[in-house]
Amino acid sequence: MSLFASSLFDGISIGAVLLMSALGLSIVFGLMGVINLAHGEMMMLGAYTTYVVQNGAKALGGGLWLNLYIFPALVLAFVVAALVGLFLERNIIRLLYGRPLETLLATWGVSLILRQFVRSVSWGFVAGLVIFAVLFWGGRWVLQRFRPGGLGRMHQGAIALITLLSIGISVTAGYGLTGLGETSFWGKLWFSARNVDVTPPGWLQGGLSLGTVTLPYARLFIISLMVVCLVGIYWFLQRSPWGLRIRAVTQNRQMSACLGIPTDRVDALAFALGSGLAGVAGCAVTLLGSVGPNLGSNYIVDAFMVVVVGGVGQLLGSIVAAMGIGITSYLIGSGTLGFVLSNMGASFLQPVIDILDFFATSSMAKVMIFALIIGFLQIRPAGLFPQQGRSVDV
Amino acid sequence: MVVAIALLTILLLPLLLSDFRLKLVGRFLSLAILALGIDLIWGYTGLLSLGHGIFFALGGYALAMHLNLQLPDGQIPEFFSLYGVQDLPWFWQPFYSMPFTFVAIWVIPMVTAGLLGYLVFRNRIRGVYFSILTQAMLVVFFNFFNGQQKLINGTNGLKTDTATVMGVLMGSDGAQMALFILTVVILALAYGLCRWLTGGRFGRLLIAIRDDESRTRFLGYNPTSFKTFVFAVSGALAGIAGALYTVQSGIVSPQYMEIAFSIEMVIWVAVGGRGTLIGAIIGALMVNLARSFLSEQFPEVWLFFQGILFLGVVTVLPQGIVGWLRSEAGSQMRSLLGRPQRVSTYSSLETDPEVQYEHENLSH
Repeated sequence: MSLFASSLFDGISIGAVLLMSALGLSIVFGLMGVINLAHGEMMMLGAYTTYVVQNGAKALGGGLWLNLYIFPALVLAFVVAALVGLFLERNIIRLLYGRPLETLLATWGVSLILRQFVRSVSWGFVAGLVIFAVLFWGGRWVLQRFRPGGLGRMHQGAIALITLLSIGISVTAGYGLTGLGETSFWGKLWFSARNVDVTPPGWLQGGLSLGTVTLPYARLFIISLMVVCLVGIYWFLQRSPWGLRIRAVTQNRQMSACLGIPTDRVDALAFALGSGLAGVAGCAVTLLGSVGPNLGSNYIVDAFMVVVVGGVGQLLGSIVAAMGIGITSYLIGSGTLGFVLSNMGASFLQPVIDILDFFATSSMAKVMIFALIIGFLQIRPAGLFPQQGRSVDV
Repeated sequence: MVVAIALLTILLLPLLLSDFRLKLVGRFLSLAILALGIDLIWGYTGLLSLGHGIFFALGGYALAMHLNLQLPDGQIPEFFSLYGVQDLPWFWQPFYSMPFTFVAIWVIPMVTAGLLGYLVFRNRIRGVYFSILTQAMLVVFFNFFNGQQKLINGTNGLKTDTATVMGVLMGSDGAQMALFILTVVILALAYGLCRWLTGGRFGRLLIAIRDDESRTRFLGYNPTSFKTFVFAVSGALAGIAGALYTVQSGIVSPQYMEIAFSIEMVIWVAVGGRGTLIGAIIGALMVNLARSFLSEQFPEVWLFFQGILFLGVVTVLPQGIVGWLRSEAGSQMRSLLGRPQRVSTYSSLETDPEVQYEHENLSH
C-alpha cells in the first residue's frame, strides 16, 4: 500500500507540472482559438533561466544564495517566458488572427528557432542578433520618420531591401565573431546542445517521512507551487478587472469589442500570462531532471491532451484532466497498478493485470492513455466541461 | 502533359545526375507522393493532419517486413535472436506473400487512417483540435514502435538494403534504378488520381467543407463520410510513399514518426501552394533539395532556416509559390509594365485612388 501511496504522490506531482503548462495553453486557446506549439519551448526557456540564476548564485559565493536562488529563479522564469510570449504575440500571432491552423505552423517555426537558439547561442550570436534588430527596426523607423517623398509604391521594396541588408550584415558579423573559435569570448557557447543540470537547493533534497512512505521535498514543493499558481490564476480571472475582460472576450469576442474592451490588449496579456506560467512550469521541471533543448517536447503533447480532455478555457476541467492524466499515466507506466491488483490476489483480475503489465513502461502508458482519451471523446466530444452556447461551431 | 514530364524525368535525370544524387531525387519524388496526399486533406478539405508520419511509416514497415522475410525456410530475421524470440510473431506471417504485401502497403495505412479519422470526425472535432489529436496519435504510434523491440526491432528499425528479391539485391544500382522509374510512374498516377478526385463534384464538395463545414451540413451533405474517405485516401498515398521511400533509403525506423518530420510535410505543401496539386509536388522537391544542400553545408543553420520558412510562408506567402504565380504574379507584372490593373468588377471604382483610400481607412 505504501508503494501505491508514493506512486500516487509522484503521479500528482507530474500532474501538477502538466497542469501549470496546460493552464496557459487552455486560457489562450479559449480566448483566441490558437494552439501555441512553442509553448513547450517557453517551459524550456524557464528551465534555462533557472540554470542561469543558479550559476549566478554560485558566482555570488553560494551559501545562502544557493539555498534561496529558486525564488528569484521562479520570478525571472515567469518574466522571461512572458516577455518572449508577448513578443511572439505582437509580431507573429497577431498577423494571423482568424487563421488558427496557420498560427499552429508559425508557432512550430518559432519552436524550432528557439530550440536551435539555445543550442548555438553565444556572445557572437547575440551580437549578430542585436545588429540585426538595430538595423531592421532602426531602418524601418527611419523610413517611417523621414518618409522620402515619391517613394509611394517603392515602400514595400524599401522594407524588403532593409530586411535583406540587415540579415546579410548581421549574419556576416555573427559568423565572423563566432568563427573566432569555441574558446574565445565571442564564440563560446552558453549552453551547447548537451543537457545541463540544476542542483536543487539543499532544503529541497531529501524527503518527508510519513510512516513507511517518503515524500520527496522537491515534489512537495512542485505541488505547493501548483496550488499557488492555481489560486493566483483563479483570483486573477475571477476578481481582477483584466480577468473579467479575458473572460468576456473568451465568451464573445465581437460583443466585448463593441462594449469597448480592448481585445488586442487582452490577447497580448493573456498570451504573456500563459507563456509566463509555462516558464514557471519549466522552472519546476528542473527539480525533477536535467535541462535540455528538447525539454518542452516531452511535456507538450500531454499538455495538449489536458486541454482537449478538460474543455476550453475551464479551470476546473484542466485541473481534473491534468490530475487524471498525470496520475493514470504514472500509475500504469510504473507498473504500480498491475502490482497492486496482483497483490489483491483475485484470480479473475488476471487478464486485466496482464494487459496492465504489457503497458507498464512510461512510453507504453502513453499508448493506453491515448486510447482512453479517444474513447472518452466519443462520449464527451467537447471535453469534460463544455462551454454552453448556441453556436454551431463549438 | 503529365506523361511527357514523367517520361522526361525518367529519361533525362539519370543521364544528368550521379547515382547518389539520383537516389536522393528518387526519395524526394516519393515524398512528393506524400505531399499530394497532404494537399488533398489540407489544401482541399481544410484538415491539418500533423500525424501523417504514422501512415508513411506503416507503409514502409509493411514492405520492410516482407523484404526481411526473404530468407531460407525455417529461419527468422536475425534481430529476433538478439531479444531471444524463437518463433515469428503471428502478424509477420502474412508478409511472406508478395501479393498480400503489395496490397497491405496501402490498405493498412488506409484502414488505420479511415478508422482514426472516423472516430474523430464523427464527433465533429475539427480545426486545431483535430491537429493536436493527430499529433498525439503520432506520439502514441512512435512510442509503440519504438518500445517493441521483440516485435519489430524497436528503435533500430528494419533494414531493407541487404534483402534479395528474385535474385536481385535491393541495394544494388539496378534495383535502385528500377525503383526510381517506379516512383516516377506512381507519382504520375497519384497526380492523376488526385486531379480526378478534386476535379469534379467531389472536389467542389471538399472545398465546400473546407470553407464552411456547417453550411455544407445544412445543405444536406454529411461531411463526416467525405472527410473520412479523403483522409483514408490520403493515408493510402502516404503508405505508398513510405514504402517507396523505405526501399530507396534502405531502412525504416520509428524516426519516420518523429513529430518534426510530420509537421515538415505540411510545410512542403504550404511552400508549393495549398490547393494546387502541382504545388505540392514542387514544394516537396524544393524544400527537400534545400534541406539536403543546407544540411550538407551548414548543419546548424538548417533548423533556423526551417523555422524561418515556416514563419515566412505563413505570413508573407500564404498561397504558396504556385498560388502566388496564379493569382498575383500577373498583376504585379502588369504594374511593373505600367499597364492598368485588370479588375473583375466596377473598374472605375476599384482603380480610383480616392475610393480605395476611403475603403482602406474608413471601414475600420
